Amino acid sequence: MSPEPRRIAVFGGVYSNHLALAAAIGDAAARGAETLYCLGDLGAFGPHPDRVFPLLIDHDVRVLRGNYDDSIARGLDDCQCGYTDPRDNYFARLSYRYTFRNTHERWRRWMGRLPGEIRLEANGARVLMCHGSPRRMNEFLWESATSTQFLTWLAREHEADIMLATHTGIPWQRSLPGGGLFANVGVLGRPANDGRTEVWYALLDFGADTGAQPNLEFVPVGYDHERLAGEMRDEELPEEFVETILTGWWTTCLEVLPARERARGRF
Amino acid sequence: MPGSALPIEPQRDIARARKIHSPAPASNGAGPAAESRADAPLVRLDHLDTLWFQVTGTICNLRCVHCFISCAPDNDSFEFLSLAEVEDWLRRSETWGVKEYYFTGGEPFMHPDLPAMLERTLERGPASVLTNGTLLPARALKPIARTARAASYSLEMRVSLDGPSPEMNDPIRGDGTFDRAMEGVRKLLEEGFLPIITATQVWEPERDEEVRQAFVARLRGLGYENPRLKILPSLRIGREADRVRPYTNEEHVTEAMMEGYDERQLLCASSRVVTNRGIYACPILIETPAARMGSTLEEASRPVRLDESACYTCWLHGAICSNYGGIGQDVS
Ligand code: SF4
Ligand code: SF4
Ligand SMILES: [Fe+2]
Repeated sequence: MSPEPRRIAVFGGVYSNHLALAAAIGDAAARGAETLYCLGDLGAFGPHPDRVFPLLIDHDVRVLRGNYDDSIARGLDDCQCGYTDPRDNYFARLSYRYTFRNTHERWRRWMGRLPGEIRLEANGARVLMCHGSPRRMNEFLWESATSTQFLTWLAREHEADIMLATHTGIPWQRSLPGGGLFANVGVLGRPANDGRTEVWYALLDFGADTGAQPNLEFVPVGYDHERLAGEMRDEELPEEFVETILTGWWTTCLEVLPARERARGRF
Repeated sequence: MPGSALPIEPQRDIARARKIHSPAPASNGAGPAAESRADAPLVRLDHLDTLWFQVTGTICNLRCVHCFISCAPDNDSFEFLSLAEVEDWLRRSETWGVKEYYFTGGEPFMHPDLPAMLERTLERGPASVLTNGTLLPARALKPIARTARAASYSLEMRVSLDGPSPEMNDPIRGDGTFDRAMEGVRKLLEEGFLPIITATQVWEPERDEEVRQAFVARLRGLGYENPRLKILPSLRIGREADRVRPYTNEEHVTEAMMEGYDERQLLCASSRVVTNRGIYACPILIETPAARMGSTLEEASRPVRLDESACYTCWLHGAICSNYGGIGQDVS
């Protein structure tokens, strides 16, 4: 049995941003993370989806399956994000088609074998990692639209103390009554709609002094975002996506944002 | 705001539903004799994600021709919920793990205690108000806006408008309602809200894009640079049955239609509505006695039988109650 980890790094969606992934892996290692995890959504949005997989494998990142990976692996028609706004839909389809076309069959098979969730025990706490929410792969859990009593119910229902998810793109965490914790670890794929070009991941410390609840810190990662923008333009990905990478403001897929998160952005 | 209770994913879910099952062909009511609804499927409550409050019952300052629960100033078949009742339901909903709350009517802004209700609700979770936008008096809106700014949860304001112009909207919602609702939208923007404009699709589906663009232009004229817009299907019950046509005998949901269909996209799989006369399966069917589920959440958590024609619209459009889309899929 492997010893319980004391410090782990948890990455959210990569969205084909291989440069940010490489930077985050380096950053997490430099901060002494013993094990790296990724909560899925490896493709979408960015260029050259196949560059992400070798990085994950070389650095022994434990990966679970997001809705994007699930769709690409199974050859579904769309990414299962459920957008209804025509403009959001247009861009979602465009990047889905690009990603599908440029993902090699062998990686599609690899993604099809990824687990839907990862569980571990650390410091006596039951940690549950998932993509959207413990109950649904494509559920959006936004800070301003998720009641604490709902998170408490999820934790009870899914027998977890610590729940980690991604899928929305904006990091946040909330302590639950009774000592639990929920965190959305953010994503590496694109900035957090905060006007900064860095992307975010979560670093968790399970020290003897932290008790059952780990200390969770969101870490910003700078990377060569201008190079990524160049690659995206070379691949003729939409200029709207490039703008997000260069400015830190979301320009698409805004429909699903609740009022609070929407008001913080520019669009 | 029944005209706007159901956000939908028009193309996508119609396509999904059709892939699974071709909908029964529409007829002009001259179809076969009424079929028995013994084959109506049951939908289990997956989880109580949303709790609705029929906060002003069927009492509304307007009398829209498409209102699916026939709300009007003089329709008091359902009455106001009291602040104490709402507080009680909020407390009771805690152990159910309710994720968010919706306030509808009638017109919620006719309730003098709406500000206090929203304040209590936002201590617990996110809230949405479905309004026709024609009232919004400062004495209610100001305190509500203050609460919204201080709360850590989102307060969504959904304003119903059934067209981007008085010519299109007013024949449905009443003379002068377009201008009054636009004035409401302006007040909401001024208070820092980003209202979600919800329009019932009273035009031909082919015109969706044109109507959408006209809406955006109109709202930008108010200074709403990136308007949030939802288009909803019309439900041919209540007054809407007279305006367009009632459902035909073929238009209902059968057991076979549920095969391979993700029933969690139906509102009744994830919510219940509290009225002054008990808990109902969904906000669409409060005028249907059979949709009364009981007087406690326990009683109301039993499965719902989809034997109403309105269920057919839900089935077809994959109605989801959330403001922000994103229907569920299992992790398995
Ligand atoms: S505003 Fe119109 S649709 Fe909404 S409840 Fe009143 S009458 Fe019905
Ligand atoms: S109308 Fe029928 S299908 Fe739709 S939410 Fe109500 S009970 Fe469910
Ligand atoms: Fe996702």
